[in-house]
Amino acid sequence: MTNAWTDIKNTDLVVVMGGNAAEAHPCGFKWVTEAKAQRGARLIVVDPRYTRTASVADFYAPIRQGSDIAFLLGVIRYCIENDKVQWEYTKAFTNASYIVKEGFGYSDGLFTGYDEEKRDYDRSSWDYVIGEDGFAVTDPTLQHPRCVWNLLKQHVAPYTPEMVERICGTPKDKFLQVAQMISECSTPTRTMTSMYALGWTQHSHGAQNIRAMAMLQLILGNIGVRGGGMNALRGHSNIQGLTDLGLMSHLLPGYLNQPTEKEPDFETYMKPRQFRPLRPGQTSYWQNYRKFMVSFQKAMWGEHATAENDWCYHYLSKLDVPAYDILRMFELMNQGRVNGYICQGFNPLLAFPNRGKITSALSKLKFLITMDPLETETSRFWENHGEYNDVDTKGIQTEVFQLPTTCFAEEEGALVNSGRWLQWHWQGGSPPGEARHDTWIMAQIFLRMRELYRKEGGAFPDPILHLSWDYKDPHEPEPEELARELNGRALTDLRDPADPNRVLVAAGRQVVNFSQLRDDGSTMCGCWIYSGCFNEAGNNMARRDNHDPDNTGAYLNWTFAWPLNRRTLYNRASADLNGRPWDPSRKIIEWDGTRWTGYDVPDIAPTAKPQEVGPFIMNQEGVSRLFTRGLMRDGPFPAHMEPFESPVQNVFNRKMRGNPVARVFQSDVETFGDADEFPFAATSYRLTEHFHYWTKHNRVNSALQPEFFVEISEELAALRQVANGGWVRVWNKRGSIKAKAVVTKRIRPLHCDGKDVHVVGIPLHWGFTGSAKKGWGPNSLAAFVGDANIETPSSKAFLVNLEPTTAPGVQS
Amino acid sequence: MSGSIVNAGPRTAVSNPPVQDMPSYFGEQDLVRRSATPDLPPPARQLTPVAKLIDVSKCIGCKACQSACVEWNDTTPAIGENVGVYTNPHDLTENMFTLMRFTEWVNPDTDNLEWLIRKDGCMHCADPGCLKACPAPGAIVQYTNGIVDFIHENCIGCGYCVKGCPFNIPRISKADHRSYKCTLCSDRVAVGQGPACAKACPTQAIVFGTKEDMKRHAAGRIEDLKSRGFAHAGLYDPPGVGGTHVMYVLHHADKPHIYADLPDDPRISPIVQTWKGLTKYVGLAAMGFMAVGSVIHGVFARPNRVSSEDEENAEKLVGTVAPQPPSQPEERG
Repeated sequence: MTNAWTDIKNTDLVVVMGGNAAEAHPCGFKWVTEAKAQRGARLIVVDPRYTRTASVADFYAPIRQGSDIAFLLGVIRYCIENDKVQWEYTKAFTNASYIVKEGFGYSDGLFTGYDEEKRDYDRSSWDYVIGEDGFAVTDPTLQHPRCVWNLLKQHVAPYTPEMVERICGTPKDKFLQVAQMISECSTPTRTMTSMYALGWTQHSHGAQNIRAMAMLQLILGNIGVRGGGMNALRGHSNIQGLTDLGLMSHLLPGYLNQPTEKEPDFETYMKPRQFRPLRPGQTSYWQNYRKFMVSFQKAMWGEHATAENDWCYHYLSKLDVPAYDILRMFELMNQGRVNGYICQGFNPLLAFPNRGKITSALSKLKFLITMDPLETETSRFWENHGEYNDVDTKGIQTEVFQLPTTCFAEEEGALVNSGRWLQWHWQGGSPPGEARHDTWIMAQIFLRMRELYRKEGGAFPDPILHLSWDYKDPHEPEPEELARELNGRALTDLRDPADPNRVLVAAGRQVVNFSQLRDDGSTMCGCWIYSGCFNEAGNNMARRDNHDPDNTGAYLNWTFAWPLNRRTLYNRASADLNGRPWDPSRKIIEWDGTRWTGYDVPDIAPTAKPQEVGPFIMNQEGVSRLFTRGLMRDGPFPAHMEPFESPVQNVFNRKMRGNPVARVFQSDVETFGDADEFPFAATSYRLTEHFHYWTKHNRVNSALQPEFFVEISEELAALRQVANGGWVRVWNKRGSIKAKAVVTKRIRPLHCDGKDVHVVGIPLHWGFTGSAKKGWGPNSLAAFVGDANIETPSSKAFLVNLEPTTAPGVQS
Repeated sequence: MSGSIVNAGPRTAVSNPPVQDMPSYFGEQDLVRRSATPDLPPPARQLTPVAKLIDVSKCIGCKACQSACVEWNDTTPAIGENVGVYTNPHDLTENMFTLMRFTEWVNPDTDNLEWLIRKDGCMHCADPGCLKACPAPGAIVQYTNGIVDFIHENCIGCGYCVKGCPFNIPRISKADHRSYKCTLCSDRVAVGQGPACAKACPTQAIVFGTKEDMKRHAAGRIEDLKSRGFAHAGLYDPPGVGGTHVMYVLHHADKPHIYADLPDDPRISPIVQTWKGLTKYVGLAAMGFMAVGSVIHGVFARPNRVSSEDEENAEKLVGTVAPQPPSQPEERG
């Protein structure tokens, strides 16, 4: 989230698209009802299904899953066409005026530089013209035909309301109603918030879905303001923390990059990470990268990390492929190239696409360790449960270690919410039976491994033998000790560069925040963006002061938000070029002539003059990007792409399947089906009554939603002669499942590119363990392909067939 | 304030309730009606009427209320099956005192689908048909704050309350042959907490407080709904049962029946209307006899069904006008 849950109450218009906030985030959704009740805000829902969120919306429009980019580019086109643009903001705070290189272009659904063989783009033409002074060339008048604004206008031109209807199946009048309501938020005193979740991310073009809405929000002037923003609703209570801490194979904590094989030494690694400003006087905060990286390495290896040995850079593993994401790991596992796998708080047998492949892959492991408070399907993947898990147990040799862990209520620590708040919580109950904290288990594994390396040596024992592990009890580091490491501390006295006699932070003391980190080895910090969470003032995550002066929704003394306790990112953009709030009734910060002051921690240097320094301080340009240069693999602008399995062809290029640069493994290509054989467009989602695969273990939740079902329209039920509440079989080349049919008016056939498209909705909460009735999930059927940029599985759009059947275990 | 917690009576479930132990602010002495007890002495004071307001237009159908109800009342609803709807369990049961009922309704004026979600449960009628129908002394009581409560140890399981209820709410347990329904969390309300469902509701679609406050709150909500095009938005507080202490804000208050058959104009059935008129002594004797008989019947036989003979007898006991509840000046408890 750029903003916070509590800020949603400040909005005028909520657009829920690519998510179902009322259903999947019912508690956070209270801020939507608050905005509606207190401000008269309106709520729009755009979704293939009429959802629980739609049930309280002011306007609902249907859309075919996977076609969101076309819809959003259509809205951008509408806004430009009707002069509904926050011009002052767009000109000053985006790269609309930047001149793009000759050579960049787009035709037939593809950008310049496509290599079909490699399934990749040569992105060299996707960049600005750089002047002789080393800065990007701009045309503030927006007259230049190659400026970003004119290229954008050209790019969105085909997305007429008629084209949106043809691609998305959204009736033209409904699309126009949505576009009109959104466009009203282009004035400085009306704001819109975008609330989205996995309905946008779980596509092979997921990142571009989000880009499209971000661009729309920028031209409406809705980023950095109260009640605005791009608000990703995270699917688990700490999934924000997971990405922040770099629990992805290509990331280190704080969104630093895992080195690759092409970066054998530290200087080679740092060379492309200088982040020189692309416009004069801009902040380009990533210029501090080296300080964060060195402090991270000092946190890892302490005194062993020295300037002479590149701060132990050679201890860090170097990627030989872009990422060992989970799809790649299971592909390798299925090829028999992975021996052991640790599943910590993760149930891939139900979470990941193509369950058949996941079962096959797990069966090829030598050992599998599961760490979970509950019995997961993954930990019992080898157990035969009749039709529900029809495996040949004898044929599976994988040794499984099932380690019971504590659940959140049985441990202390911080969870990071969608709004980047690190909220400390305390243990509320004692763990049952043999359940242990994850930290204890990990410490045991580490200490035993270290002992083995100490005794037996091995290929490269140093990174393990030298790992910093100075905890009071090495067998179980305390949450507070770990949190203090994340904050960072001075290793030697930090002196004021202007006055060397003045000690800013004494050796051994916690740094105030990341602004005190250094690249000379005098500081350590486990995760720079969290720095400030636990400084000498104490555990700031445990703060519980809910005062909120003038009811802005900031709550600055409630827990700690990264970075620097800032609640709204880019909040400098809430004020105009002179530093005056666009909307005085929704001020966040303002320029008082000498510095920025207000309700939130300014997202700009406190004394940076408003007309000189741009608000998007993390970008080298100082402005936001409507055109992302070569930073994304699949295009500097979003463009319509179909799902890999789509009921219709891409109208811009009928040959193109899915995202042209998404990685596809050969063995998965064979499992793709087409619309002739599998005519129905399936999608997956959650229900309020359950949380993933956890709450089916709870009798109350199970009573409230007891049994697996799929949802279909009355029209599809008639077509296939399915009775409401009757059994259906749903299948494609990857699997076959049985479910009760919920026949509903909430799903209606869509008319796309000349044909009727029937949607099949498949919720994801059932399996073969727990209290609820046994069932399946959508992952038995979803396609094994990920987003081109981040490899999030595309579980939201795939093809199936459907017919009536009999109950599991009953012969027809 | 002297520092000690004063139990100020009804609070909204939104405000943080007190965490200190406090005495119950109402009890036996505040009964305004007691089933089969015509000579109930009038209460010495009138408590401020309370109400739960369910704003259907804010409800997202999450079932947190159902879950909280199960947890607070420590019931164990069965894990059933899917029959093609989101309503689970499929009806109110002795283990499920409240139920989200889902209705897919196409608005004929706009041709737009509306998914109407109504939290069903006891309405706590000011003129409670269940209590009037109940032949067991003290099995159903009504407090001057409006709460209608079932006192299970006095219940004979005859099922008259089910017949008496214009909303079809009470359910007889097959395990102990007693009647169960929402108590408006009288045990929580008595110690300054709101009902469990209101406490759990994430969108404040369920709020609780004095009936007066709730009506005021509803007026604001109705105004908001009218601004969104719901010309017939309104409050459901049906006069046919004297008003209720559970009220709804409906987007379409002109047609309550579209919300899973919410009665347009609920009234106590004629059978009970006649029953309530029985004369004091005949009534007492008859009910005493029936109660004893039923208790014995309940101990030695399992079902406590009401026979047609019972029904006929009840119908024969025709009288004149029922004693009215005492009218007392309002006093904030």
